[in-house]
Amino acid sequence: MSDNHAIDTVLDRHRRDGTRLVQILREVQEQLGWLSPATLTRVAEGIGWPRAMVSGTASFYSFFHTRPRGKYCVLWSDNITDRMLGNAELMDAMCKKLWLEPGRVSEDGLVSVNTTSCTGMCDQGPAVLVNYRAIPQMTHGRLGEMVGLIREEKPVAEWPAEWFAVEDNIRRKDILLGNELKPGQALKAALERGPQAMLDEIKGGKLRGRGGAGFSTGLKWDACRNAAGHGPNPAHYVVCNADEGEPGTFKDRVLLTSYSSMVFEGMSIAALVVGAKKGLIYLRGEYRYMLEPLESALAARRAEKLLGRNILGSDFEFDIEIHLGAGAYICGEESALIESLEGKPGRPRIRPPFPVTCGYLDQPTTVNNVETLAAACLIATHGGAWYAQHGTEKSAGTKLLSVSGDCERPGIYEYPYGVSVRQVLDDCGATDSQAVQISGPSGICVAAEEFGRRIAFEDLPTAGAFMIFDDTRDMFEVARNFAHFFAHESCGFCTPCRVGTTLVKNMMDKISRGHGSPYDINELFKLHRLMQGASHCGLGNSACNPVFDTLNKFRPAYERRLQSLDYEPAFDLDAALSEARQMTGRDDAGAHLSNEAEV
Amino acid sequence: MNDTNNSFQLDGEDLPFTPGQTIMQAAKAAGVYIPHLCWHPDFPAHGSCKLCTVKVNGRFGSSCTMEAQAGMTVENRTAELDDKRRTMLQMFFVEGNHFCPSCEKSGDCALQATAYELKMMSPHFDMFYPDRPVDASHPDILLDFNRCIMCSLCVTASREVDGKNVFAMGGRGILGRRIHINSESGRLADTDFALSDRAANICPVGVILKKRKGFAVPIGDRRYDKTPINEQVKEPTA
Repeated sequence: MSDNHAIDTVLDRHRRDGTRLVQILREVQEQLGWLSPATLTRVAEGIGWPRAMVSGTASFYSFFHTRPRGKYCVLWSDNITDRMLGNAELMDAMCKKLWLEPGRVSEDGLVSVNTTSCTGMCDQGPAVLVNYRAIPQMTHGRLGEMVGLIREEKPVAEWPAEWFAVEDNIRRKDILLGNELKPGQALKAALERGPQAMLDEIKGGKLRGRGGAGFSTGLKWDACRNAAGHGPNPAHYVVCNADEGEPGTFKDRVLLTSYSSMVFEGMSIAALVVGAKKGLIYLRGEYRYMLEPLESALAARRAEKLLGRNILGSDFEFDIEIHLGAGAYICGEESALIESLEGKPGRPRIRPPFPVTCGYLDQPTTVNNVETLAAACLIATHGGAWYAQHGTEKSAGTKLLSVSGDCERPGIYEYPYGVSVRQVLDDCGATDSQAVQISGPSGICVAAEEFGRRIAFEDLPTAGAFMIFDDTRDMFEVARNFAHFFAHESCGFCTPCRVGTTLVKNMMDKISRGHGSPYDINELFKLHRLMQGASHCGLGNSACNPVFDTLNKFRPAYERRLQSLDYEPAFDLDAALSEARQMTGRDDAGAHLSNEAEV
Repeated sequence: MNDTNNSFQLDGEDLPFTPGQTIMQAAKAAGVYIPHLCWHPDFPAHGSCKLCTVKVNGRFGSSCTMEAQAGMTVENRTAELDDKRRTMLQMFFVEGNHFCPSCEKSGDCALQATAYELKMMSPHFDMFYPDRPVDASHPDILLDFNRCIMCSLCVTASREVDGKNVFAMGGRGILGRRIHINSESGRLADTDFALSDRAANICPVGVILKKRKGFAVPIGDRRYDKTPINEQVKEPTA
């Protein structure tokens, strides 16, 4: 099949609709390997969009390649938990075996090796994506075999199937994971209640968003329900946010693997309440391997009259479509997610207006987290009053925690809200813990003296990440990893975040190299104050949190690296020679400027 | 002085507004300067430069996107806010390659003029020295992306006024974000861009430059050479 034929087939399948550009580009790339200039031109003509907008979108997402990619593209998940499991050493070994530099395609166009942001396999790392297929639990043994298969040019589809097995690792079940709901049961209950009564139960159950912010689900659905659709195609939409990009979070992976029926059903209940006929799941690109199983599950639900027209014999109509993301953390922000669903770069919108009145295709849209939607099924079945009995006064129900890092049993733990950090640490077999990063890099770093604090909106709100660091870990390196993450993921729209995240990264690297001084610490605090107030969205506002928290709670981790001077320039004579060393293949003592000479 | 129903406090002064106006629009109408770079009175707010950040009832917000509300208290030219603005200006100067003395836009450049207004004395941070190739392909226009501040005004003008979509903002983050040109080659010469386009006349800095016109007006006689930017609030903009 010629390239143009392949492109046209994809375009036709998507009705040449530009709002589906991200899906079009992904599918074309899956067939052609990369998105060449000619490909982008043909796609632009096909959807009738300016070519610059198409290339603007293609270049926004990390998983789209506008330059030849290599037949095998190996990406190492680079969350701090992967680091702690030795990913850097493994990636280095892989590059040596393949005679490669990270980030460069081999001369023969066969392979490239690089890092990527957390792929959501923290409980079974170090993890890689090979041609965007997830492989957890990398070892030196597996690495050797993989290099062999790459050299033989064996298609990834023919690699050992057990490599691709992703474990659920559910360690503790409560009302959500322990439920015995049958497909259709919650939806039937919701239909019997009717939209308004169902909404009242959600409000009565005090359900709050599980994505971290904790906004009242009942109020969100109510606002969406009351907003009028407008224009020639008025409609309401339900969007399931399965972007789960926060490093250290993987609960949605498990829900969508083993509880997808509840997630679909929660979306249907939301649709019933707000009056939507269409739902969209925005699934992060790292979870590409779930697409076919989820599509099959949707088809099965249609066959059982749980989706489509006349659901369960009623006049309720609703269906669900899956959109895949393409490697952009920012798309977890709801308005950026909607931009991405519309085929554009994932840039957070100016708000107001909020998505509940002006969301997907400018229509009223409720965007809810995977876990929130699953929890709605419990409320539909058992009622709000029952649900509100669980958890605390202000945080009803349970929360799934994605536990990773230094512990014996990483995995998914479901607790009623109010559980203490210490309890979780005891249950997962963590010893000598010095810190826990709650809710990922954008969350809160909790030190040992705070382990009595509780997981709840009124104390430690969380999207679910629970990364444990024992007393052998260097909390400065944890913060530095997170600083690199934010610099990589900033969308670049607003000045404080675009430039600030890189300034923070550079300062952390400077301190890491032993060139930091108290001056740099003050600079970090100054940038924190600026970015927290002036940034366009939550990413920029929270990007300095890990640095700020560790500076306040683990100051010695920074101070032991500082020069005892007031100021040290970032310019490093020895580092400036690195290019010359690389070109001459030298790394001996004579090729370095000694540190004594500098002091 | 004004009907209190239609006024708010800006740095302690009563400022009238028409319902629906943003803080920025109300300030401009009253001749009050709020520092800004990406905002232009003829176009919807972009809200990216964040230089117009003010404090509204104690909370930070962008004055170009926030609607004015009766009775609100807005801080604008306070030491705290100007300090933040200075830092953001420094961010612009280090992320791009800005060499004012050799730039043919010197004196007509909003970035330079705003830096003078806010008394920015140095770039402060280490320079990034990005590699941003120029595009000299077009017979009448030179594009020097070294000075781009990502304001998107050329994108909006080309789309809204010229109906051409010659530019689009694409890519991600500090390394990727840049203007994309509407041609497969990526060259301006291969588009229908023209000297008479509104987009050719809107760049607040020195990216979109008219060839052979660079020094028609000598340095010293240019817009911001004569009057500082804060005194030109009511002047028509490019």
